[in-house]
Amino acid sequence: MIKAILVFNNHGKPRLSKFYQYFNEDMQQQIIKETFQLVSKRDDNVCNFLEGGSLIGGSDYKLIYRHYATLYFVFCVDSSESELGILDLIQVFVETLDKCFENVCELDLIFHADAVHHILAELVMGGMVLQTNMSDIMARIEEQNKLVKQEAGISAAPARAVSAVKSMNIPQQIKDIKLPDLPQAIKDLKF
Amino acid sequence: MALKKVKGNFERMFDKNLTDLVRGIRNNKDNEAKYISQCIEEIKQELRQDNINVKCNAVAKLTYIQMLGYDISWAGFNIIEVMSSSRFTCKRIGYLAASQCFHPDSELLMLTTNMIRKDLNSQNQYDAGVALSGLSCFISPDLSRDLANDIMTLMSSTKPYLRMKAVLMMYKVFLRYPEALKPAFPKLKEKLEDPDPGVQSAAVNVVCELARKNPKNYLPLAPVFFKLMTTSTNNWMLIKIIKLFGALTPLEPRLGKKLIEPLTNLIHSTSAMSLLYECINTVIAVLISISSGMPNHSASIQLCVQKLRILIEDSDQNLKYLGLLAMSKILKTHPKSVQAHKDLILACLDDKDESIRLRALDLLYGMVSKKNLMEIVKRLLGHMERAEGSNYRDELLYKVIEICSQSSYLYVTNFEWYLTVLVELIQLEAGSKHGRLIAEQLLDVAIRVPVVRQFAVKEMTNLLDTFSISSQSNSMYEVLYAAAWIVGEFSNELEDAEHTLNILLRPRQVPGHIQSVFVQNVVKLFTRLATTCLENEDPEGLVRLCNHVLEKLQDFNSSDDIEVQERANSACILIEMLRAQFNDGDDGNASCNHQVDFIGSDDTATESHRRISAIPTLAIEIVQEMALLFAGDLIPVAPKAQRKVPLPDGLDLDEWINPPPEDDTDESSHDEKEELFISSSAQLEEGGKRRPSDELTPEQIERQRMQRMIEQSNNPHYLKSSPSTPDVDSSHARSLSSNNSQHNADQYDNIDDIPIAELSLDIPLKVGTTKRSDQYLLQEKASSKEKKKHKKSKKSKKSKSKPTYNSTSESEDDPKPMHFVNTTLDMPEGVSLSDGDDKDGKFDSDDPHRALDIELDIPDLEEPKYRSNKKDSTEPELFEKEKKSRSTSQSTTHKKEKKKDKDKNKENEKEKHKSSHKKSKKSTATTATNNNDVNSANLLGTFLEELQAPINISNTLVHPTSNTEASTILSTLDTAQEKRKKHHKSHSHKSQSTSSTSAKELKNVQQNNDNELLESSSKTTSMKKKKDKKEKDHHHHHHKDKKKSSHHHHKSSVVAANDYEEALGISTPSKEIF
Repeated sequence: MIKAILVFNNHGKPRLSKFYQYFNEDMQQQIIKETFQLVSKRDDNVCNFLEGGSLIGGSDYKLIYRHYATLYFVFCVDSSESELGILDLIQVFVETLDKCFENVCELDLIFHADAVHHILAELVMGGMVLQTNMSDIMARIEEQNKLVKQEAGISAAPARAVSAVKSMNIPQQIKDIKLPDLPQAIKDLKF
Repeated sequence: MALKKVKGNFERMFDKNLTDLVRGIRNNKDNEAKYISQCIEEIKQELRQDNINVKCNAVAKLTYIQMLGYDISWAGFNIIEVMSSSRFTCKRIGYLAASQCFHPDSELLMLTTNMIRKDLNSQNQYDAGVALSGLSCFISPDLSRDLANDIMTLMSSTKPYLRMKAVLMMYKVFLRYPEALKPAFPKLKEKLEDPDPGVQSAAVNVVCELARKNPKNYLPLAPVFFKLMTTSTNNWMLIKIIKLFGALTPLEPRLGKKLIEPLTNLIHSTSAMSLLYECINTVIAVLISISSGMPNHSASIQLCVQKLRILIEDSDQNLKYLGLLAMSKILKTHPKSVQAHKDLILACLDDKDESIRLRALDLLYGMVSKKNLMEIVKRLLGHMERAEGSNYRDELLYKVIEICSQSSYLYVTNFEWYLTVLVELIQLEAGSKHGRLIAEQLLDVAIRVPVVRQFAVKEMTNLLDTFSISSQSNSMYEVLYAAAWIVGEFSNELEDAEHTLNILLRPRQVPGHIQSVFVQNVVKLFTRLATTCLENEDPEGLVRLCNHVLEKLQDFNSSDDIEVQERANSACILIEMLRAQFNDGDDGNASCNHQVDFIGSDDTATESHRRISAIPTLAIEIVQEMALLFAGDLIPVAPKAQRKVPLPDGLDLDEWINPPPEDDTDESSHDEKEELFISSSAQLEEGGKRRPSDELTPEQIERQRMQRMIEQSNNPHYLKSSPSTPDVDSSHARSLSSNNSQHNADQYDNIDDIPIAELSLDIPLKVGTTKRSDQYLLQEKASSKEKKKHKKSKKSKKSKSKPTYNSTSESEDDPKPMHFVNTTLDMPEGVSLSDGDDKDGKFDSDDPHRALDIELDIPDLEEPKYRSNKKDSTEPELFEKEKKSRSTSQSTTHKKEKKKDKDKNKENEKEKHKSSHKKSKKSTATTATNNNDVNSANLLGTFLEELQAPINISNTLVHPTSNTEASTILSTLDTAQEKRKKHHKSHSHKSQSTSSTSAKELKNVQQNNDNELLESSSKTTSMKKKKDKKEKDHHHHHHKDKKKSSHHHHKSSVVAANDYEEALGISTPSKEIF
């Protein structure tokens, strides 16, 4: 069983946290912090297995992690999982992300945390490995994305337009125009 | 109306979406918390809107905020709203949020049952998929119970995607609702042979998880897994199966024998390191389980060790780590094969990777010898000085002691050296938590190795002199306990006892249990010095000594620890008695109050030693008596020796000390509970301390006391003769006896007991084992002559081997110039650090899945199946299906077997029935109800009996009656099942008649079968080889790629501070397994 999947950057900022066993939010943050401290002090050329997360797990649990550029991908697993197998799973996960985001970087994970969750959900379900074949995973993700696009259809067009405008980094200007007052004006119109 | 809607939409368009939120947080790094709280306010606004899209957006933002550590459970209801949206987009966001913040105890989950059921049965497979994914994270017992049927249905969906998810989901259902396991298991088993590899893999995964906790119930599935193992090429699944076999083999050695061959083939053929590693692991497990009786036993071990050596030598640190991990498993049973690779393991001690060093440390205890122990310990000490993490330091410290003390210091040739090492460990000031361990070692060595005592007392005096208690929360001060005891007990070895005495008498801040040892040993030292004075006929010296000690003991006398006070007081009185003998001569007012006496002590002393020319005879007697108190040698006692001490005659620990009162009041049941709780919590160390503040405030106590008074006065049954207000003694006694008498006195006395119970807790807890062992030692000295005899024989054994010690150790060059000390170990049985037990205990209590062990056992599975048929009228559907699936699985397995070996059909059938009958003999009712299990048991039977057919035939005489018995018990059986039973009977009759002749046949059959297996496995392996080559290429590619990315990383970190945009650099596939 996988107990938790954590992704954080070189400074310990969480980019994705998925706990398959319930911890409250404070505990989750402590776990992330502790895991970061354990993992970050290790060189890149040491092994990817780590024992002794005191907050999460116990003697039966291991932290298995990989470090890609600015991100740490950490899986906390028990002894029923194969260590090398999980390492490969992390690789599959990251490769899938890479395909979905086209040359994935940390920014993608920052701004699309939800999408990353949805991708992860196709690999691991409730702490158990669901699918390891990348083409299958991709097919599932694409089908779901298609579904979302269909649903959005024409009605989402204005929203998309707005978000496009926002992405141009001028949301402040738009807000300055005081558009929100407009509806009030409409209301005041008597007809 | 329409306008309003438009207006709403229009406004909402400018709500922050997730991207805005993230961007906002990044732009407000300085006051993130403020910004987020502002956003949460906005989100709350948005959640009040009617528009589902707005809510959806809000929930998506909440999910992100949750990741940052904010509690979002307040929005639970809104999340459920979003989940129930008909749009997939919203649904997915809702379920994601739910999976992140709901948990099995969330009360809101009650509301979700029907909604989730609707989603599970949705036409769109992704609706159901998303629901399953979310559900897997927060499923509660109630949801499990209510949705088990729906998920079961999904297990036979036409869509593999849903089947796969449903199968995995079932595991979560089992965890929360164990009753579901029985009806669902046949279907789960069916899924092991699903046409879709994904579903198959999921089923294997679930069964492996189940079997890991309770392997013996899944033993009957071994043949299915064996088939999968020899046919599948899915490495991921193979790993799971092989791991599962690793868990099964200890229960069934015959299985292990069968496994060795295919596993060895896999080891030879596979290039996937993960698979190779798991194969080795399981082979090791097999070899451990079958300790003998394998012809090529050592060959397999050799193969494993060789392969592991390759792993350890690999430049990949991961493989090195795993190699060492597996080695440690071999070490336990085949130490010699591992010792051959000593060089390699010792090299790993200096590895830069802490994980690898730790694993190498684990192996170390098998690597040491008399020759290299000092060298290794020196290296470890060096590591300790350099190590930064206190955890790693502690581990090192522990290992140093472990390897030195193993098998009763077998490898320690120089105990002065060992003591020095221990003292060095103390002086490292590592803030270690192993203070007590070191203390135990010091005591142990000093007691067991008489030769080293002189050295020990010198070292300990130094230690007592120089040791300063650091403010760090460490336990190193525990060594003072040992040091004080050693200098006191072996005071005869001291050169300057007076100096040591002064050091001991120094006032210092140490815990009570250590102070009390100080006092006790001050008395020992005093006695020793007094005896010297007697010998030298030095009365002045004696009086001076008395006065000095009396003066210094005042500090201890005023200690706030009751134990210290008591001991100090008795010591004072004793010494005063002695001094009074000298005073008696000149002035008659030998005072009893030493404090008064003490003021003028210097004067009286100077006066008296002028006058006294000879020592009073009574004084001599007193000193001699005191010396007798501490005379005699202490001998180590095995930690569990107490168990072997017979109970004295007439002592019945279960007997009531006071007969329990009758339960006459209505509240008696309530009282019992309360008392139970108190007595049990009083046993807990901290529970006892915490209790008063946690549960009872003074007002409460007072109130209850008042209530009790009223109650008592009205209660005709209340015994007025007994003390109405419990004083310290009686209540204390009661609290002592409360373990035995659960409903002892009336309820209210317990409340008074609380503070008192707490008082009595402190002392025994802290002094703990060591103090008790002191008592054991004294007891032992007095009583057990038998043991001494026993030890003598051991001694002689030791002394035989002693010369070899000497010769070897003299030839070696010691790292430290130290005297050589001969060792005469005086060892009772079983004295060793029993850390293994401790670890096991810890592991058990920490295991969160412990509940699983009880809940999920499949033999139980059959029994309740029949029971629950009656009980669970709420789930008729479930059981109908189950029956169907049972019959289908029956037929499928039958078919397969028939195909497999038509020739052997007869014999196999017979075997099956025999094994089934064996079972039915044990519990006729249960087995008969579950043909499915019988079936699987049959499978295992045939599977295993191919190996041991002749033996089994002799002891399986068939009882046809048992079947009929069983069938009468169950009147509700399906017709199919009844048919099957008839089938059974007829066959069993046959088998009786032919059993004698079939033995020979079976042997032949077995051979044939083995040959077949060999062929098939060799085929698959050749297939694999081809595949593996491809994978190898990939692997190489990956290595290069890794280097690139790391290189990239270094550069970027120098150039740009904000490197979020850096690609993660994994463009090429590099999978080994998948």
